[in-house]
Amino acid sequence: MAEFLQFVFSGLTVGAIYALVAIGFTLIYNASDVVNFAQGEFVMLGGMTTVFLGQAGVPLPLAALVAVLVTTAAGLALYRFAIVTARDANAVTLIIITIGASIFLRGVAEIVFDKRFHSLPSLFGSDPIRVGGAAILPQSLIVLAGALIIMVLLWAFIDRTLFGKAVIATSTNRIAARLVGIDTRIIVGACFALSAAIGAIAGILVTPITLTSYNAGTLLALKGFAAVMLGGIGSAIGAVVGGVLLGLFEAFAAGYVSASYKDAVAFLVILAVLFAMPQGLFGKAKVERV
Amino acid sequence: MSVRALRDRFRLLQRHRLFSLVPLAAIVLLLPLLFPSAYYYRIAALVFIFAIAALGLNLLMGFAGQVSLGHAGFMGVGAYAAAIGPTHLGLPPFFSFVLGAMLSALVAFVVGRPILRLKGHYLAVATLGLGVLLAIVFSNEANWTGGPDGMTVPRLTLLNWSLRGADTWYWILAVSFLVSAVLALNLIDSPTGRALRAIHDSEIAARVLGVDVAQKKLMIFVVSAVYASVAGSYLALLNGYITPEVSGFLRSIELVAMVVLGGMGSVVGSLVGSAVLVILPQALTLFRDYEHMVLGLIVMSVMIFLRGGIVPRLAAALGGRRK
Repeated sequence: MAEFLQFVFSGLTVGAIYALVAIGFTLIYNASDVVNFAQGEFVMLGGMTTVFLGQAGVPLPLAALVAVLVTTAAGLALYRFAIVTARDANAVTLIIITIGASIFLRGVAEIVFDKRFHSLPSLFGSDPIRVGGAAILPQSLIVLAGALIIMVLLWAFIDRTLFGKAVIATSTNRIAARLVGIDTRIIVGACFALSAAIGAIAGILVTPITLTSYNAGTLLALKGFAAVMLGGIGSAIGAVVGGVLLGLFEAFAAGYVSASYKDAVAFLVILAVLFAMPQGLFGKAKVERV
Repeated sequence: MSVRALRDRFRLLQRHRLFSLVPLAAIVLLLPLLFPSAYYYRIAALVFIFAIAALGLNLLMGFAGQVSLGHAGFMGVGAYAAAIGPTHLGLPPFFSFVLGAMLSALVAFVVGRPILRLKGHYLAVATLGLGVLLAIVFSNEANWTGGPDGMTVPRLTLLNWSLRGADTWYWILAVSFLVSAVLALNLIDSPTGRALRAIHDSEIAARVLGVDVAQKKLMIFVVSAVYASVAGSYLALLNGYITPEVSGFLRSIELVAMVVLGGMGSVVGSLVGSAVLVILPQALTLFRDYEHMVLGLIVMSVMIFLRGGIVPRLAAALGGRRK
């Protein structure tokens, strides 16, 4: 039982990060139909920038803030220079462009930073809290709380502000949104910035637990995308549920099946979902137009 | 014979489906005259290897209009077959090579039908997942594959003659590439090839015309997997060493970039695309640390600015002889 609880804790922690990556994906996908594979690189940039500013003597809260701003700038640059420039490209071409951007950002990170693994000190020390025989790190609680706060804030922003309503309008129908006077380029750009910022915060929160390195992003992006597929592409609730479920699947697979095949779980999930129920748990079935 | 009759004959010849092989064969024959050292033979051999893989992927992407972001997975199957067969199972190298191709065909056949039902980014992600899964298997099954550190590959021997030397490999791979090109050109010009192009234009229209869409897509997927597998086996044999990187995600993306850069649906383009992406990093070895950055920039700019591909653009500029 203690073992089971332990897997649940670690699954939830990782799942919260996957959920944040998946939310970032969904935000960009809904606003622009772009499947952004550079999403994982935002997480890496957030963690790595904080680590290196910290090493340079910048106080950590300030370092974290600067890291979020740097990553947001990277997100905006991705939108302005890659996505806008290629605006008439089809879905698959756009995917490959964002994959190129992810390889590029990783390349920049290995030059600007280094190729080693790095960690950050956790906020409330690293003495595990004992719950029912299982141990949970204080930082895990911070990750979970952070993820929850981000999701609530994002929901409030999208649902309660005029700008958020413009985002919804843009994702429902871009041409109609433009007709009622919404500058969709600003909206889509804001979505790229926002999801970069969310990714960076996720990276900063999780670095004390999972460590980070210049190539941590690719796998995270792929797993975040698996979470999106599982929940149903385009659905925000689906992204969160998919992320948490994927985290739990992985933790149980690592615990009960094989630790070395933990990373394979996400891809098995992608394939299984695509074969069995392509619309995911919360997505809408797509009707093909001739 | 009058000049005019000659010219007409030449025009007829130009329209022959294998005409684009003439410049290719000429390049293959004349290129070694320019090579100052064995190093150049080796690079050219690598270009042919990736051209074979890109050609296979081009059949899938350029003609059938289906993308695969996991094709390096099949290169991995071929590469590890060439390595594991002789090392662990005591099979003759040449037999392992063929076995690898058959295994790739089998994998493609089994997963192809459900995967190819998908479209757009779903198809992209499913193939990507397949490729990464294969790479994970290769780096986890350390007893067979040596894990992330890789394993050595026994030399290919034909009738007690062990193949070594970059120039030998140059000729073997040049001929292999030309044979792959002939097979591809024949396939393109067959009823199947026309059916595939119809699928590319509109799947529904193709189905209405009586094309068995699922079966044709599956067939071309299997063919392109075999091309990748053969290329992978050659890569393993040429290098004498392999790591799971051969089947990695970056490799798959590189293959796609080769196809698009050279030109979708252009056989010559596959060679040009792989030449650019193999030679460029070699020319940039001074900037080894910048490898990922440069690759990322290339992939992005190819997809943004060169979506038409080099060869089709040149052909259009030279008077639109090819479509």
